[in-house]
Amino acid sequence: MDKPVNNRAWFLVLPVLALVAFSAILPLMTVVNYSLQDTFGNNQFFWAGLEWFEEVIHSDRIRAALGRQIIFSATILAIEIPLGIFIALNMPKKGVWASFCLVVMALPLLIPWNVVGTIWQVFGRVDIGLLGYTLTKLGVSYNYVNDPVAAWITIIVMDVWHWTSLVALLCYAGLQSIPDAYYQAARIDQASRWKVFRYIELPKMQGVLLIAVLLRFMDSFMIYTEPFVLTGGGPGNATTFLSIDLVKMAVGQFDLGPAAAFSLIYFLVILLISFVFYTVMTKEGEAL
Amino acid sequence: MTRITLENLAHSYLPNPSKDDDWALKPMDMVWQDGGAYALLGSSGCGKSTLLNIISGLLVPSQGRILFGERDVTALPTLERNIAQVFQFPVVYDTMSVRDNLAFPLKNRGLPADQIAARVAEVAEMIGMSATLDRRARGLTADAKQKISLGRGMVRQDVNAILFDEPLTVIDPHMKWELRTQLKDLHRRFGHTMIYVTHDQTEALTFADQVVVMYDGRVVQAGTPQALFEAPEHTFVGYFIGSPGMNLLEARIEGATAHVAGARITLAQGYGPLDGRTQIGIRPEFLRLGTGDEGLPFTIRRIEDVGHHRIVRGQVDGTEVNVVVPESQPLPADADRVVPDPAHLHVYRDDWRVDPARRERAA
Repeated sequence: MDKPVNNRAWFLVLPVLALVAFSAILPLMTVVNYSLQDTFGNNQFFWAGLEWFEEVIHSDRIRAALGRQIIFSATILAIEIPLGIFIALNMPKKGVWASFCLVVMALPLLIPWNVVGTIWQVFGRVDIGLLGYTLTKLGVSYNYVNDPVAAWITIIVMDVWHWTSLVALLCYAGLQSIPDAYYQAARIDQASRWKVFRYIELPKMQGVLLIAVLLRFMDSFMIYTEPFVLTGGGPGNATTFLSIDLVKMAVGQFDLGPAAAFSLIYFLVILLISFVFYTVMTKEGEAL
Repeated sequence: MTRITLENLAHSYLPNPSKDDDWALKPMDMVWQDGGAYALLGSSGCGKSTLLNIISGLLVPSQGRILFGERDVTALPTLERNIAQVFQFPVVYDTMSVRDNLAFPLKNRGLPADQIAARVAEVAEMIGMSATLDRRARGLTADAKQKISLGRGMVRQDVNAILFDEPLTVIDPHMKWELRTQLKDLHRRFGHTMIYVTHDQTEALTFADQVVVMYDGRVVQAGTPQALFEAPEHTFVGYFIGSPGMNLLEARIEGATAHVAGARITLAQGYGPLDGRTQIGIRPEFLRLGTGDEGLPFTIRRIEDVGHHRIVRGQVDGTEVNVVVPESQPLPADADRVVPDPAHLHVYRDDWRVDPARRERAA
C-alpha cells in the first residue's frame, strides 16, 4: 500500500508538544536550572556547573538514604508480590463473596496516605495503641519511636497493609481473564495444582504482574507521607528515605542547588531501575 | 477402555429444579459401548456439552449414576477417570513448546521419557506438526493450536474414552476433513471409545457409527446414520438430519388413510386412533412431482440446482415442502402435485414417530 508522505503532518503534533512543554518540560528545566547554579535569593544566580551533582553523589548522608530506600523497596516487593498473588488465587471467583472481597480489598487503597500513617502511628503507640499496647503487655519489646528495628517493621507492615491489595486486585483481574476451558483442560491432562499455577495462571498474569511490580517499585521508591507521619524519618535517621531526605534538604535547609541535583539524580535512578525491571520481566516472560 | 453406562442421569444448573425446563439434561439411560465411535448431534443449548462434561467429570450430575464398566465413577474427579477431552476452542500451554504441550499429559502420568518421546513423535506425525515440535505454542495460529489440543487429547493410549466437544469449529474446511479422517483412522487403529459432539450433521454422519441426536435436553434418537435418515423417531431428527430436512404436514389419520390438505393419502400400514397433534413426515428424496389428481396439491416456488440433484421448493396448502429431483429425471413443467412414497412416509404424534408395529407407543 502506498502511504502518502508529507512531513508537514508533524505540525499536527505542535499543540501536544506545547502542552507537554508547559506542564512538564519547562518545570523540569527550572529544576535543571537550580541544579547548575547557586543563589542567595533576590533572583541572583551564579554558575555552579556540576558542583552540586558531585556533592550529592559523594554525600554519605544521601548514600545512606539510598541504601535504606533500596532495602525498603526490595523488602516490600518481596512480600507484597507473592502475598498479592496468593490472595488473588484464593479469592472467590464469583458470587456475593467475590464482590465482598473486592470491596474489602479495595478499602486500604481508598484511605488517604497521611491517614494511613496516622492510623498506624496511633495503632502502634505503646500507651494507647491496640498493637503497641498489646505487644508490650505480652512482654515484647516494641517501640517504634526509639527502636529502629521496630520502626522499620512497622513501616513495612504498614506498606504491606496499604498496598498488597493493589497487587492482589491486579492479579485477580489477570486470573479472571483465564477461560474455564484452561482449567478443565488441565484437569483432563491431570496437571497438579502447582503445574496449573506454573503453566496457566502465571503466564496469564505476567502482564499484570509487570504493571504491579513497576507501580509498587516506583511508588515505594518515592514513599514519603506514611513514614513522615509515622516516624518523621527517625529514630535518628533510621527511616529517612530518599524523599524525606530530599524534603529536609530543600525545604528544611533551603539548599536549593543540591536539592535540585538530588531530584534529577533521584528521577534518573527510578527511570533506570524501572527500565531494568521492564526489560528483565519482559525477557523472563518470553522465556517462561 | 471400557463401556460407559448412564443410569437415570439428569442435570440441572439450578439448585432446586422443579419445572421440566429447569433441567439442562432430562433423565436418561444410555450405554456407550466400548470402542464405539459416537457422535452427539444437536443444536446449541440442547445439553450436548453438559452431557460430555458429566462423563469427563468436570460436572457432577444432579441425579443418576455413571458407570465405567462396572465401577461407579459418579463421584470421582476427572483425574481418576482417565478420560481425554478436546474443547471447542484451543487450549494450549502458551509458554511450552509444541513438544512439551503434547507430552504434558504423559509427563503428568509419570511415563518414562523414551515412551513419551515415541508417543509424541507419533501424534505429531498424525496432526502434521512434526516440523514445528520445537516452536513455542504462543503465537501459533488458531488452527495449529487446535491441532495441538487434539494431539494432547489423543496422546494417552490408556484412556477410557476420548471426548470431543465441537473440536473442529475453528479449523479451516480443508483441514477439517483431513483431521476427521485421521480421527477415524485413529479410532480404527486403537479402538478408543470416542464421543464427538457437534452441531454439524455432515461431521456427525461421517465420523460416527452411532449418532445420538439430542433435542431440548433429551436424547431423541440414537442409531446408525442410515436409521436416522430412514426412520427419524422425532420430528427434530427429521428436520435436523438431511439437506433439506424432512417435510412435515399436519394430517388427520384414519386407519390406513391420511387426510392432508383436503386430499387423501394411502399409508403403508393401518394406525389405531391417535389423539394429540398428528403429522405426516416424508423426506424430500421420497417425494415425486406429478400432475392431475394424484398425491397432494403443490405450488412450485423455486428450483435450486445443486449439481447432482435439484431441490424444488414449494408449498402444500401454505406449508413449505421440498422435493429432491435427481439430475437424470426431467422436471415436468406443469407439475402441480407431489406424490409421496408410502414406504417412506411416517406418522408423528406430538412430534414422536408412531410405529404401528409397536402398539404400546401408538396406544
